[in-house]
Amino acid sequence: MRPIRDVAVVAFGQTDHRRSSDELSEVEMLMPVLHEVLDRTGLKTSDIDFTCSGSTDYLAGRAFSFTMALDGVGAWPPISESHVEMDGAWALYEAWTKLLTGDADTALVYAYGKSSPGSVRDVLTRQLDPYYVAPLWPDSVALAALQARALIDAGDTDEHALAGVASRSRTSAAANSHAQLRGSVTQGDYVVRPLRAGDCPPVGDGAAAVILAAGERARELCERPAWIRGIDHRIEAHGLGVRDLTDSPSARLAAERAGAFERPVETAELHAPFTSQEVVLRKALRLADDVDVNPSGGALAANPVMVAGLVRIGEAAARIHRGTSDRALAHATSGPCLQQNLVAVLEGDPR
Amino acid sequence: MPEVLKAPLVVEFPFTRSLGPVQSAFLTGLRERVVLGVRTTDGRTLVPPVEYDPVTADELRDLVEVAPTGTVTTWAWNHAPRRGQPLDTPFAWVLVRLDGADTALLHALDAPGPDAVRTGMRVRVRWAGERSGAITDIACFEPYDGDPGETGGHDGRFADMVTGIVTPARLDYVYSPGRAQSAYLEALSERRTVGERCPLCRKVYVPPRGACPTCGVATAEQVEVGPRGTVTTYCIVNIKARNLDIEVPYVYAHIALDGADLALHGRIGGIPYDQVRMGLRVEPVWTRDGRHPDHYRPAGEPDADYETYKELL
Ligand SMILES: [Zn+2]
Repeated sequence: MRPIRDVAVVAFGQTDHRRSSDELSEVEMLMPVLHEVLDRTGLKTSDIDFTCSGSTDYLAGRAFSFTMALDGVGAWPPISESHVEMDGAWALYEAWTKLLTGDADTALVYAYGKSSPGSVRDVLTRQLDPYYVAPLWPDSVALAALQARALIDAGDTDEHALAGVASRSRTSAAANSHAQLRGSVTQGDYVVRPLRAGDCPPVGDGAAAVILAAGERARELCERPAWIRGIDHRIEAHGLGVRDLTDSPSARLAAERAGAFERPVETAELHAPFTSQEVVLRKALRLADDVDVNPSGGALAANPVMVAGLVRIGEAAARIHRGTSDRALAHATSGPCLQQNLVAVLEGDPR
Repeated sequence: MPEVLKAPLVVEFPFTRSLGPVQSAFLTGLRERVVLGVRTTDGRTLVPPVEYDPVTADELRDLVEVAPTGTVTTWAWNHAPRRGQPLDTPFAWVLVRLDGADTALLHALDAPGPDAVRTGMRVRVRWAGERSGAITDIACFEPYDGDPGETGGHDGRFADMVTGIVTPARLDYVYSPGRAQSAYLEALSERRTVGERCPLCRKVYVPPRGACPTCGVATAEQVEVGPRGTVTTYCIVNIKARNLDIEVPYVYAHIALDGADLALHGRIGGIPYDQVRMGLRVEPVWTRDGRHPDHYRPAGEPDADYETYKELL
């Protein structure tokens, strides 16, 4: 179903993603990115109708940290604002629905995450089922490794093919000055077998921001808006032992509802923090071999938690802005083993 | 620029959770060395059991016992166990489909090395010596090549049901307050208070957070404020806080330091609580080892005129 109103990504900005940004508070890290997207569109904060952000208190270990980040937005006089304890891709989804209602014509979406203060492998255990799973502290690499083993057992991949995904991603990232791991990176030792260091994302800090605009407003703000033709997100059961870890029915359904299968895409920005997850997603999203997957390097090159999904939408949109793609798919994930998936389809005006 | 400050920050919380009928039966069962699943309306048995069918959303209450033996459906070798994990020696994470179940349970498998583990291998529960009604009552799984275990046909009704669990969590951080607050804290160590001025609206924020919340721009120009200030508003605290050695009642106030455009808060001392008032002029009192003023006391000046601080209320 076609949305009732045309909404586009008109600007995208991101920080350089780095292992640590000790010298900056969250708002200090975020602010240059906010100014970048505002400058790009010529908008002032007071011109923005709706603001929505994604982040999590668990990364920094501080309650209500997103309220501090609001200082960088200019939240006085009062603004219309919302927050999701999710990747910024879900904040973008909320902003998109807000624009569809007609209540707003422009929206600022941002996300930030600093993993450097803590241990992100441990932090992510706190999102698991608190009764049966979290008390065992299975870390994010361990859960991804269970999925990787299931894929290898099913004959969908092997360790050599996974190393190929890692190598291709980081080679692509060589052209992305924002990426954290770029160029030739060795696969290294096992972290949790069968996953090696090279199969895992870098741990880092970063922020990103996007501006959305509806209809003619989008054309005023951007030479070639990246129209959101469809966007949808779906979730699977939290019990890992209930799911088929070699498949991602939620990603497939989200893609179908977003219209991804109506016509081929040229570019796909997939949020696959682990090499094995790209294998699952390529299959679920029916990506043909000629689709350019993660030309930015993807999450294997930079995976700031709560940001990397929004960056996928931003990277896909930026290719449309630049005219290097006409139709692109962007994907974001959250939760263990691709539990939740969001898919957006972006298009530029015909040329 | 002064060096950025860092300090360890530990967040610990013992989440106390109540259990519904299904989780209560399952965890009580573990305490009694009985593994329970729940039967779905279409005849599958889910282990661990859930209260609602993840496919149909049907409410599920039909508890059935399954065997303490099962088959590994996938695994991952963890050569470097982390804090809190079931074993402190290298082990395999496993999903195990217990005999009689249609879904798999996540846990640890005690095995000598990755070569001793494979998908499809047979395992059995190793019970913890002391059990309290928690998933950790299963110490881990261990390799097992015997027959499927016996099930006693338990229906999930026990005397003395476990109705809640406490799940302790601890996360360790190194906190760094960033550039603006580091400068603020460095100045405090010299018993000075510095704010930052917004380049657009010229307001001075203290403590500075590196941004003007009105203009949404970075602040950088440091401005020393205080040491004296004006009480803009206050409250009287009548409840003693734990670990706080202050006699109640006491006064907690918003204090606009001279030169600041934002009030910060602090305790008022050196004056009976019922004589504190808006407009009272105060000055900081530092204790010998204090990293910030211990409290503020009357400065002995006439009260400030309301007009001078009404914008800061
Ligand atoms: Zn200002």
